[in-house]
Amino acid sequence: MKLKGAQILIKMIKEEGVDTIFGYPGGAVIDIYDALDNTTDLRHILVRHEQAAVHAADAYARAKGTVGVALVTSGPGATNTVTGIASAYMDSIPIVVFTGQVPTALIGNDAFQEVDIVGITRPCTKHNYLVKDITKLAKTIKEAFHIAKSGRPGPVLVDLPKDVMAAMTEFEEPGEIDLKSYKPTYNPNMKQLSKVVELIKEAKRPVIFSGGGVVLSKASCELTKLAKMMNCPVTASLMGLGTFPGSDPLWLGMLGMHGTYRANMSIGHCDLLIAVGVRFDDRVTGRKDKFASEAKIVQIDIDPTSIHKNVEANCPIVGDCKNTLELLNSMLEGENLADISGNPEERQAWLDQIAQWRAASPQRYEQKDDVIKPQFVIDRLHKLTDKNTIITTEVGQNQMWTAQYYHFDQPNHFITSGGLGVMGFGLPAAIGAKAACPDKLVVCVAGDGSIQMNSQELMTAIESNLPVKIVILNNRYLGMVRQWQELFYDKRYSCTNMEKAPDFVKLAEAYGAIGMRTDKVNEVEEVLKKGLAYEGTVIMEFIVEREECVYPMVPAGVAITEMLLV
Amino acid sequence: MSNQKHILSILVDNEPGVLSRIAGLFSGRGYNIESLSVAQTAENSALSRITMVTVGDDHIVEQITKQLHKLINVITVNDLTDKKYVQRELMLIKVNAKPEQRAEILRIVDIFRCKVVDVGPEHYTIEMSGDDGKIEAFIDLLRPMGIIETARTGLIALPRDKKKSK
Repeated sequence: MKLKGAQILIKMIKEEGVDTIFGYPGGAVIDIYDALDNTTDLRHILVRHEQAAVHAADAYARAKGTVGVALVTSGPGATNTVTGIASAYMDSIPIVVFTGQVPTALIGNDAFQEVDIVGITRPCTKHNYLVKDITKLAKTIKEAFHIAKSGRPGPVLVDLPKDVMAAMTEFEEPGEIDLKSYKPTYNPNMKQLSKVVELIKEAKRPVIFSGGGVVLSKASCELTKLAKMMNCPVTASLMGLGTFPGSDPLWLGMLGMHGTYRANMSIGHCDLLIAVGVRFDDRVTGRKDKFASEAKIVQIDIDPTSIHKNVEANCPIVGDCKNTLELLNSMLEGENLADISGNPEERQAWLDQIAQWRAASPQRYEQKDDVIKPQFVIDRLHKLTDKNTIITTEVGQNQMWTAQYYHFDQPNHFITSGGLGVMGFGLPAAIGAKAACPDKLVVCVAGDGSIQMNSQELMTAIESNLPVKIVILNNRYLGMVRQWQELFYDKRYSCTNMEKAPDFVKLAEAYGAIGMRTDKVNEVEEVLKKGLAYEGTVIMEFIVEREECVYPMVPAGVAITEMLLV
Repeated sequence: MSNQKHILSILVDNEPGVLSRIAGLFSGRGYNIESLSVAQTAENSALSRITMVTVGDDHIVEQITKQLHKLINVITVNDLTDKKYVQRELMLIKVNAKPEQRAEILRIVDIFRCKVVDVGPEHYTIEMSGDDGKIEAFIDLLRPMGIIETARTGLIALPRDKKKSK
């Protein structure tokens, strides 16, 4: 069967089970768009900026637990994807980005809309390709998907010159992918696992620390089972929220810079830390030599570079989180349950200690009846939505308050730019999540600053009929930077005042959405109810306390137990 | 932990851009490259061997090795430092050779078992190979004559055991 390069591309994308791609056309990809025009079973969502295509593909991948795909043109189309790719790289999200390229004969000639996107994205992709030979196209695409979704997932970019897309060739199935230099370790070392069993038996004050790796390997059932068997409290990084039910009594809340008092204190005092699918980011550890300094650390991760990178593990295990926890659980089931869950008195003493920390400094805010507290909005949002709601966030205070006050019960339902911290992520991510899960309610929690970074995507949501609910916490500041200026720069609010802002209600209306606004405490619930019930895209703007800070807070460079409390 | 010199023998796909991935990894993560040499292997034209000398404490070198492994085009990384290996470096050195200096230079060349590969009216170009200690000693001896310029390949090395390095 003779096929054009563009047709092979579409065929290979469909074979991966992808039903929706996000993109923006341009000169170098006209052949691909021409082929897409004759395709019925692959939906193309036309974004309004290429960055949004990548964030949407990222969120699609996370909400659906598969690979997301973005398609853009050469030159500026390609460079606009870099932020999205870097964010997916930091969060280990499986996406494949297809970029157009000038014809092979022109590469290197500074042709119109030419850029060396393979060179530019080398440090922020898991791997990338330039396809110069149409006979290698199908195999390269299959390899790209294989690399994106296997091992520690990540973004892969495939650069496609225009002549390769326009050329015809006899299509051959690429067959199974076998990369001799790329064989991720899925199965853990059993000797190391037996050591973990011994460490669990000896532990008096254990804590489980769950991260994004648990979401990616779909291991949250296994993690929850381990915690229940051990009667062991659980904390999570930002990326790990939802891997353990936020409503469970053993849940400690998030840890780290804006973690709960009890989670951070538990890390400081535990004698066994079982870290699963985490990379000990600086926002989690604070001062590293004081992090879990009384504990033996077990670290389970599929990526060997995550081990001994920031924190020394006493018992490192390279393996897939799900496989490893399954094996560990079955080993523990063969043991005497009383040994696993610890001496009842000692364990109760540990849980009591945690309860005391919780009582001493609960996660709290005080809502009086004059000004709306941003935490109150998130609190109400949590009460008014069920656990199947997908929440995306922008970056900054809105993100941290969501992490603190929306208690996620399921993985894949909290979608945020964790590692790179991209403002402008939330709205396109909400659109991507809605495309992946059309039956679920999708809410984007935004700040007044970050929503302006990709607000043009309102048009995408409307045009593609992907209704999303946008909650803007409007404090007329770039709140997180202002918070640092207040605490560490003598309140010199340099360039963080955002009083000059568009009318968000009119902005919504300009795109054909609806907008609502309130500054009254007693209207918060009503606005949320109305907005969430509305069938289309809606902006709900809440004028909130201007100088509210995110607490607790661990200042940079100190131990996470040395927190600034409310 | 102290900084130590490590010799890494890295087998990679012989493809465009692979060296850039490795160099980019080092610059992006702040690792050192003391020397680097790369060429296609004779046993398999689809592969290249990179020999790299890097400096770091155990922690950093462990990360370097793991990060290199993570690159899709890297097939094996072998840290030769604590193994038995042979190492060589090739140098071309152009040195002043006025008539009154020539005998002395030739005597040094003879002692070091290297050879003069080009002669000018007032200079010699000498080819020599050896480990870095020998090369440094040779340079020190020629320095008083006036070194005009040098080119060095960077160190290459292979383990001493018979089996193919993995």
